[in-house]
Amino acid sequence: MRALVIDDSRAMRRIVGTILTGFGYEVREAGDGRQALDVLQEGSAEGWVPDLCCIDWNMPVMDGLQFVMATRANPAFRQVTLMMVTTESETSQIVKALAAGAHEYLIKPFTADALRDKLALLGLLPEEVSA
Amino acid sequence: MTLTATSFDWVRQLVHRESAIVLQPGKEYLVEARLLPMAQQRGCAGVSELVESVRNRPDPASTRRIVEALTTNETSWFRDGDPFTALTGTVLPQLLAARRPDERLQIWSAACSSGQEAYTVAMLLSDALPNAATRVSITATDLSREMVERTRAGRFSQLEVNRGLPATMLVRHFTRAGNEWEIAPALRRMITASECNLAAPLPRLGPFDVVYLRNVLIYFDLCTKQAILNRVRQIMRPDGWLFLGAAETTLGVDDNWERVVLGRGSAYRPRKGA
Repeated sequence: MRALVIDDSRAMRRIVGTILTGFGYEVREAGDGRQALDVLQEGSAEGWVPDLCCIDWNMPVMDGLQFVMATRANPAFRQVTLMMVTTESETSQIVKALAAGAHEYLIKPFTADALRDKLALLGLLPEEVSA
Repeated sequence: MTLTATSFDWVRQLVHRESAIVLQPGKEYLVEARLLPMAQQRGCAGVSELVESVRNRPDPASTRRIVEALTTNETSWFRDGDPFTALTGTVLPQLLAARRPDERLQIWSAACSSGQEAYTVAMLLSDALPNAATRVSITATDLSREMVERTRAGRFSQLEVNRGLPATMLVRHFTRAGNEWEIAPALRRMITASECNLAAPLPRLGPFDVVYLRNVLIYFDLCTKQAILNRVRQIMRPDGWLFLGAAETTLGVDDNWERVVLGRGSAYRPRKGA
């Protein structure tokens, strides 16, 4: 399994990355939406397409919502599961992210168990972890 | 001050007598951790002092609080997935075909904790049935009075809604209430929550079409497991469905059940003629 963790906080990237690595994921990181699109493009050229993107909402240069819309518009990344991981917790924002094409939404702060539950929900938890 | 052997033994016996939950030797750390907040609240120097004071002058409120503190309330939405996929995919269509349209389907979430399992069922059925409010009734029970009250309230913290609840269901069935999320009143009305000690004779309940008795039997000894499974069977419809936790089974415990494989999981049905 492969994941791209997109967050302007290095500490948050490390936390999410560490949890995902523990579940057996190979993780790459990006500090904003623009960088993340570059990671996707470069990865795609070498055959590295993530199964999952964990996306912060508020980031400089390109925010998470714009990244979701840009990724959804690209047929090459249709199979990638997009999950917002953000402090934004209003119903209207969750609705907006889902309408833009996000598959799931995890509100910060969260526990490792909460991330695990979301992955299980998305069918992205490796068998050996869910057993 | 660490927990003395006498204090641990008294707690162990109290919890077993009141709830049939077995605290094996070696679980002293659990008693320490669970009773520490109560000890601090009462100004005791430690858990042993708390236990000794209740032991010397037992009162129902204190002993109840100790027992409730030792029960486990781990829960999440759609926990383990399969029992809920099976509900809408297999169980519900069969029940609807077998029952009259005016017959209400009765579902029991036994050991409901703070209500996530019961509300998961309510959300699924309200999405699957246009007349869910009148067609289905859900009974949610727990040993803990506090958990029953939480289930009745239908309010959940941010951390709780993060645990396995799909975002689409969060926005469809909940509204923000300050720092919490409140379940839709129509779903809350589908659920009747009450206290129930599974290890004691059951109150008048049922008859149930579906019973969720998950991650409960693991806390009991063989005799208690057999007694509970027997009592549950008495208040189930003959063609009802029982869901246990992933690590639980009736095999080798009570032969009056038939295991049915449903997708990646399984359910149990009363054996005919049992």
